[in-house]
Amino acid sequence: MSHLKKSIMDKPNLDYIKQLADGDTAFEQQFISILKEEFPKEKEVYLKAIVERDWYEASQIVHKLKHKFNILSMENAYALAVDFEEELKNSNEQGNTDFVQVLDLMDSFIKNI
Amino acid sequence: MNCIIVDDEKTARAIVSKLCSDTPKIEVLDEFDNAIEAIKFLNQHQVDVVFLDIHMPGFSGVDFIQTLKDTTKIVLITSDTNFGIAAYEYEAIVDYLVKPITAERFQKSIQKITNALDKRFSEVFSETDDVQRVEDVYINIDRRLIKLKFKDILFVEAKGDYIDITTIGKQYRVHTTLKKIKDKLPERIFLQIHRSSIINFTKIIDIEDNSVLIEKKVIPISRSGRLELMHRLNLL
Repeated sequence: MSHLKKSIMDKPNLDYIKQLADGDTAFEQQFISILKEEFPKEKEVYLKAIVERDWYEASQIVHKLKHKFNILSMENAYALAVDFEEELKNSNEQGNTDFVQVLDLMDSFIKNI
Repeated sequence: MNCIIVDDEKTARAIVSKLCSDTPKIEVLDEFDNAIEAIKFLNQHQVDVVFLDIHMPGFSGVDFIQTLKDTTKIVLITSDTNFGIAAYEYEAIVDYLVKPITAERFQKSIQKITNALDKRFSEVFSETDDVQRVEDVYINIDRRLIKLKFKDILFVEAKGDYIDITTIGKQYRVHTTLKKIKDKLPERIFLQIHRSSIINFTKIIDIEDNSVLIEKKVIPISRSGRLELMHRLNLL
């Protein structure tokens, strides 16, 4: 099964954050706010870099985004991002369509938490 | 101990900050989203630990590490799982954490930092101690610590609960015991010649059967003290 197929089967969740918060709901809320603020900006930077064919910038932002996949327990999306980051460093943007699908999945989750 | 967090991701900084706040022994002084501001801060403050994201745009981790004071320790934070070996190229780096960081792994890191800082502290303390043992001793007079150079001390006499330390041109009365001051004085130039006196034997003018003369002071010498003194002197 491809990384993409596995990635879109990932069910984003807040398990890691809840574990870290250990009942500290103020921290949980604060963290979710940061996520809601930071992720759309990073997605936008990524999409702009792709439009501008700035593969280096795109690889940098993929690097940052992969951490957020980890935070939301999206292991397959993380694996996809690791490969795609390397491809972008070699000016290969073929994984873009798959990556955008993963971003959309994450976007949808973040908007609804 | 105190720390700063340097990471261009706000989410990552929030996680490290939370882990620190759950750890009583570490205080977060500040957070930075870029290395330049962090370096400015480090130039003005004493920081024990830097939690540093090694992958930040427009910045070299090596350059950053080279700007640090040698007392500051670094914990690298990375998203790359295959980072390991390169992390320990510099002595300042005590650990590296792979995102997302768990509380258990963070506590191990805190232990590594504590060990590294303790080691550094004991090295500094030992260096300072050596210097003082060779050159001087500090005495407490009316809540002031006064430095006395060993070479200026002529003799020390017990006076009940006090001791009198006589130096060239001055005398100090200190609330302590002869035994305690003896432990602070180097044996190469000091010798206890009586139960109530220690002398700097390089300052002796002359020696009689049961006394020594230092400056204008005649100091009694015990039989065992005399034997030891004779043994230490360069006799013709």
